[in-house]
Amino acid sequence: MRFSVPLVLFLGLSVFLLLGLDQDPQKIPSPFIGKPVPAFSLETVESASGTVSTQDYAGKPYVINVWGSWCPACYDEHPYLLEYAAQGQLPIIGLNWKDTREKAQSWLAQLGDPYVANAFDPVGDAGINLGVYGAPESFLIGADGIVLYKHVGPLTPDVWQEQFLARVQL
Amino acid sequence: MIPELGQVALILCLMLALAQMVFGFAGAATNRANWMAVVKPAAIGQMVFATLSFATLVIAFLQDDFTVSYVANNSNTALPTLYKVAAVWGAHEGSLLLWVLVQSGWTCAVALGSGRLPQVFSSRVIATLGFVSVGFLLFILLTSNPFWRMMPGAFEGQDLNPLLQDFGLAVHPPVLYLGYIGFSVAFAFAIATMLGGDLNTQWARWTRPWTTLAWLFLTIGIALGSWWAYYELGWGGWWFWDAVENASFMPWLIGTALIHSLAVTDKRGLFKSWTLLLSILAFSLSLLGTFLVRSGVLVSVHSFASDPERGLYILIFLGVVVCSALLLYALRAHRFDEQGHFDLVSRETALLVNNVLLVSAAFVVLFGTLYPLINEGLGLPKVSVGEPWFNAYFVPLALLLMASLGIGMHTLWRVSNTNSLVRRLRWLAVVAVIAALVLPSLFFGRTAVMTVLGTAAALWVILSTASELWIRYRTNGNVRMPRAMVGMLVAHVGVALCVAGVTYTSAYSDQRDVALKAGESYTLGNYSFELQTVKQVEGPNYVAQEATVGLAYKGKSLGVLKPQKRLYRVQKSPMTESDIHARLSRDVYVALGADLGNGSYSLRLQIKPMVRFIWLGALIMALGGFLALTDRRYYLERRAVEAGSKARTA
Repeated sequence: MRFSVPLVLFLGLSVFLLLGLDQDPQKIPSPFIGKPVPAFSLETVESASGTVSTQDYAGKPYVINVWGSWCPACYDEHPYLLEYAAQGQLPIIGLNWKDTREKAQSWLAQLGDPYVANAFDPVGDAGINLGVYGAPESFLIGADGIVLYKHVGPLTPDVWQEQFLARVQL
Repeated sequence: MIPELGQVALILCLMLALAQMVFGFAGAATNRANWMAVVKPAAIGQMVFATLSFATLVIAFLQDDFTVSYVANNSNTALPTLYKVAAVWGAHEGSLLLWVLVQSGWTCAVALGSGRLPQVFSSRVIATLGFVSVGFLLFILLTSNPFWRMMPGAFEGQDLNPLLQDFGLAVHPPVLYLGYIGFSVAFAFAIATMLGGDLNTQWARWTRPWTTLAWLFLTIGIALGSWWAYYELGWGGWWFWDAVENASFMPWLIGTALIHSLAVTDKRGLFKSWTLLLSILAFSLSLLGTFLVRSGVLVSVHSFASDPERGLYILIFLGVVVCSALLLYALRAHRFDEQGHFDLVSRETALLVNNVLLVSAAFVVLFGTLYPLINEGLGLPKVSVGEPWFNAYFVPLALLLMASLGIGMHTLWRVSNTNSLVRRLRWLAVVAVIAALVLPSLFFGRTAVMTVLGTAAALWVILSTASELWIRYRTNGNVRMPRAMVGMLVAHVGVALCVAGVTYTSAYSDQRDVALKAGESYTLGNYSFELQTVKQVEGPNYVAQEATVGLAYKGKSLGVLKPQKRLYRVQKSPMTESDIHARLSRDVYVALGADLGNGSYSLRLQIKPMVRFIWLGALIMALGGFLALTDRRYYLERRAVEAGSKARTA
């Protein structure tokens, strides 16, 4: 009898492996969670002379949203971001990633601008330091500058409510 | 035309693998010698066609044949030739083809090396390996064909993922695969043993060199992966407890346990059913690792190809292989129940402790890796099981393992005299502990509990090894011993060095992210870094910003480091190319970060004491494995078996 134990254990395990196939592998915990956000100081999307720095927003919780005009999922996400910005609970900093200035500006002009500031990262250096897998991707940063949560993919209302707002006392 | 030949060769491989499987199993079951005679030529043929198939893909890469969609997706005319070859296994389809090639290589080696084994037994071994080959060949042909054409072809290729354009990663997968797949040999021996139900433990001796060889490759493969992650990912970390790393580490832990339990089964005829189970587990975990990496159920820094449909196929294949093996085990293992006994203080007990600890460690890693998946399967919130969790459970087990290792080396089979053991080892323990209390503060000016424990563990094992040599010298006047014994001692010293490296790198690494302008310096510890210039340089398929950083130790110049920030032209992805000033005692590691504007650049500076010991230790472990492998005993025994079987036939 005891020699059947490994078989039973394996059968149990395979149920979870099978369930795992249907799950969203994008909800990966970032290695940066619980660590200070990698600081960046970049030009703004609006102009080469403006700067956005993570330091400017220290002291209050905020969100960094990684986007690009080339990214179809960012289109889907955009109306939600406008909604959240209108509610005004958490400021959203944009990180315009691997994009060109003209395209990014015309996107904001046409679709509206939900961001309190928009950092311009054409090469993707800041994105690499943040461990960005793809756009859209959003990071929740606590008042103490610690990364509290990371979401890969569009920031839907459930995620916004349950994962973002719920994590910071407002 | 050439890629089509590769495809045909792959189909022929499948046919031969099927023949190998069917005639091997059926022939052994019905005892038909002419059926069983098929397996060996089939295995050789499979190797020939797998090589052909692989070669055609290499040729397609070298010729920049962008009508082959796999080539178009993973190569580029500007890619250096070495990386064109490495690109063959740079993504999913090609790495499976590499798997098939390596699998056929092992099978062929077993077929050629098994001439002296009983025919029924060797047929079953090769048939089992054929079964595994069939699974992988079907996987390639049905879901992941690397020879797929696209018409019209691409004008230029998409280029290889820049992370993979590196020597470490070019050689890492083949070596790792040699290890993973090597465990299929031990697996096949276990299956053949259980099918035959033969109670003698000859199979354990036959399995040992194959298992050690596979373990040796896996050890080197893991070390290469860790080294690559260290200098290429730009973070300076050498182990991340990442799903893909864990996938290779679990079979390693079980494989290490297997090597030790095989020794008991071989020498003493004990632990038979346990050894059989470990043989199944080592290979099952290799397959599970492949599933985790290839299916995309877990995402990691290293996974480059994932697709749920392929995941389903591997899961089915994994299920068939593992379930049938474990079912066979459930039905047959009781026949291999133990007779014979050993005392509480004996080498058997020491190796039992070793096995319990290694298997527990493997389960800790397995659990930590799969926990997010299990939680989600139960509908619980997704959790991250990170480094602190793994360290909290793994490190104590590792320390216990080190403690028992030092004792275990001095025990004897069957029964050991407790008093003489204590007399032999007590002063070593005292010396190790005192030295561990003193040394860290002496060299680094501060200490911590983990540092003391790690130092004590490493010293304990090294001193225990040295005393074994000393006692031998005192009693025999020389230190001559069998090669297997030398290998054992060397491998254990490797473990100690690795533990020392991990301890000191973790405790005394220094890291600073700084912003410097050209001409400015920064001092970290005894080292000063001066950013001299930053300039543009051109590579074959990238442009880079290259910083020149002058490095000095206590004011004495050590030369310059040239870290780069590369932008690969085709994939548009930036890559950090760190530069390292390496010495055995420490690495000085500089990575170039972002251009912060107004002439200043961010630099990541790190000093990592003894980090080289981690990989050096792993290489020494592998060397130990190699020495054990060359022990004459395995080959003498063969001759004796041969002589025996001749005597019987005569």
